[in-house]
Amino acid sequence: MPDFVDILNALALMSNFVFVPALSYGAQLALGALGITLVFGILRFANFAHGDQMAFGTMVVVLVTFWLQAMGVSIDPVPTAFLALPIGIAVAILMSLGIDRTVYRFYRKRRVAPVIYVVASVGVMYLLNGLTRFVIGPDDQRFADGARFLINAREFKEMTGLAEGITIKVSQGLTVLISIIVVIALFWFLQKTRMGKAMRAYSDNEDLALLSGINPEKVVAVTWIIAATLATIAGTMYGLDKSFKPFTYFQLILPMFAAAIVGGIGQPVGAIVGGFIVAFSEVMLTYAYKKVALYLTHGGWEPEGLLQILSTEYKFAISFLILVVVLLVRPTGIFRGKVIT
Amino acid sequence: MSLKNRTILSYAAVALLLILTGFLQSWSVTLVMINLCLISAIMALGVNIQWGYAGLFSAGTVGFTAVGGLAGVLISEAPIYEAWGVGGTGLAITVALLVTLVATIFGVMTLMTPGWKRRWVLTGTVLIGYFLIRLFFDEATDAIEKVDPASAGFLGGLGLPILLSWPVGGLLAALVAWGIGKVSLGLRADYLAIATLGIGEIVIAVIKNEDWLSRGVKNVAGLDRPVPREIDLQESPEFISWVERIHSGALEALTGDERAQALRDFVQYDSGIFVKLCFMALFAVVLLILFWLAQRSLNSPWGRMMRAIRDNEVAAEAMGKNVTKRHLQTFILGAAVVGIAGAMLTTLDGQLTPGTYNPLRYTFLIWVMVIVGGSGNNHGSVIGAFLIWFAWVQAEPAGAWFLDLVTSPLAEDNPVRLHLLDSAAHMRPFLMGLVLLLVMRFSPKGILPEPVRVGR
Repeated sequence: MPDFVDILNALALMSNFVFVPALSYGAQLALGALGITLVFGILRFANFAHGDQMAFGTMVVVLVTFWLQAMGVSIDPVPTAFLALPIGIAVAILMSLGIDRTVYRFYRKRRVAPVIYVVASVGVMYLLNGLTRFVIGPDDQRFADGARFLINAREFKEMTGLAEGITIKVSQGLTVLISIIVVIALFWFLQKTRMGKAMRAYSDNEDLALLSGINPEKVVAVTWIIAATLATIAGTMYGLDKSFKPFTYFQLILPMFAAAIVGGIGQPVGAIVGGFIVAFSEVMLTYAYKKVALYLTHGGWEPEGLLQILSTEYKFAISFLILVVVLLVRPTGIFRGKVIT
Repeated sequence: MSLKNRTILSYAAVALLLILTGFLQSWSVTLVMINLCLISAIMALGVNIQWGYAGLFSAGTVGFTAVGGLAGVLISEAPIYEAWGVGGTGLAITVALLVTLVATIFGVMTLMTPGWKRRWVLTGTVLIGYFLIRLFFDEATDAIEKVDPASAGFLGGLGLPILLSWPVGGLLAALVAWGIGKVSLGLRADYLAIATLGIGEIVIAVIKNEDWLSRGVKNVAGLDRPVPREIDLQESPEFISWVERIHSGALEALTGDERAQALRDFVQYDSGIFVKLCFMALFAVVLLILFWLAQRSLNSPWGRMMRAIRDNEVAAEAMGKNVTKRHLQTFILGAAVVGIAGAMLTTLDGQLTPGTYNPLRYTFLIWVMVIVGGSGNNHGSVIGAFLIWFAWVQAEPAGAWFLDLVTSPLAEDNPVRLHLLDSAAHMRPFLMGLVLLLVMRFSPKGILPEPVRVGR
């Protein structure tokens, strides 16, 4: 039978490799999915370019960070990237508004079918993808600096006397903190301000909103501004947590779509819940539980395999599986997204 | 200009372009390009069936291509009996368990009434089934992958002629498309796009990581060939005498060693050309058959129905057409055509290289071909495939030359100049995205618009 310390060790192990990473990854996904869900609610199409818009904004942050580092600017222990973040957001907003102006507005005027927007967004996706790789190259970029850990595994072990340590990176702590702030600000904006109410009205019923004198171009512009801001923040957090690689960001659209659909597309709360569902499923299903089992049985049962449900190469399959299950069981998502026909 | 003249002119322009490349660059390069153009044309035809006929947006063409490619290995490679010996039983048990699991799920679905109880039973069944299957499956695949990993480490195939893999590739792709279409069709149009994007990624992940099936990133090289190999031709007396006759004029002036050397060079060069011509003939036959079928279906009552559904789903549904079923049908047909092209591509390459399946190259580029050529027009897809592949191949040297020109005022070792020259390859997605957006905006009907059909 496991004694008390064994259980604590197993818990520490799980926290270190499952809860903490999934929490920060979930926050990153949630911010990304929020952008997708807002664009879906207002412009009514699945924006395939979201991942690459994220990559583009993050690229600007990375470049400015490199420049600041070269100038010797530092705000230790906070990563320098935070100084660069506002510039990245500004450039990403300009880019999004420019793309809307040149690409999407034309189709909006003609009220084309949603699938035409989707094809156009795929065009934008490759345009941005090429641009990002052209400027910064296809390789990994590490731009994290400042203090690395909030809690270090060794200190944790010394403090508690457990065999297993918990590591919390600064980037992970900041991700969660900033996500909370951003989400509170966003909900306040959507619920309390005139513009936010106009957005919700427009998303609910476009014709009625137009009749009430809401300016659609303004609503759309604000939507892009929010989406670009959230995407750049999420992308920077992801890059600080792991590393910046354009292709990874392109691949992130699948978990982000899954998160938005699980939560109920068009529903901001749903996007947040969905982000965490996808992140926790991904991390929990690809984690090897062998050591946890050893602790819980007090070394009595040493499993032959790694006790890993799916190998990490298939982490995108998990997003997909969640997507399929939701489409089969409850196509509206948890929070009853409205747009289903 | 009438559409007919426009079509003829487009084909003539493409032919001229290719002939010019032949004279200016080399015939060998041109033939390689034509072969890939033909395969791309078949893929574009498949995507056009999905998009042009039915208005379905699929972002998973790369997955169907890869499935077709896998068929090439599964059909033509010789079976590795040792691997079957160590892992065969385990795999058989896995398959049996899988069938039992599916049967149980169907049983529960039909016998129990919908509700929470059924949901829990289903979840439990799936979980128990999964772990049970993993138990046998992992052991079997581990054993298979340990069999001579340097040269084998997988099950091999059936040892049949590789030509057979073309229809089989189509069938496998159709099977995958059926599964994905069943789930995501009938909901919003965007959902198919998202789901196919997912299945594309997953198919590639499976082919990359399931070494027991496809050898993964270790690649399977030296596949069977439907046409003679260069090396055999170079040693065949008939081929040599044939080459001698063709080049008799050039050889006449030479004697002795010089003549023998020149003949060897001719034989070497011509064997390459001959093989490429054989491939070209095969591919052209497949393209013609598929094209004929596609045209026939488009002009049939079925094609008319598909256009009606595409242009107004509600009206078509009111006329008693089952929109979801017809969508599923068209989606599967299109995927099957792409699968055939995927198997042909593996045949041409002579190897399966899972690492090279890139969505940019196999999903997006095909889309650009269809939209630039003219969605809904099969001639347009073929023209689009030839033109875009031509542009794709020529874009890199052209881009490098352009950047070299633009940056020539800068010093040889200027970092900006070096960076730009280095990044020339990444201009491709940018340019293709730009082309797609420009065509969609300013010429949404493409080069060859869909014919306007007037009722009689």
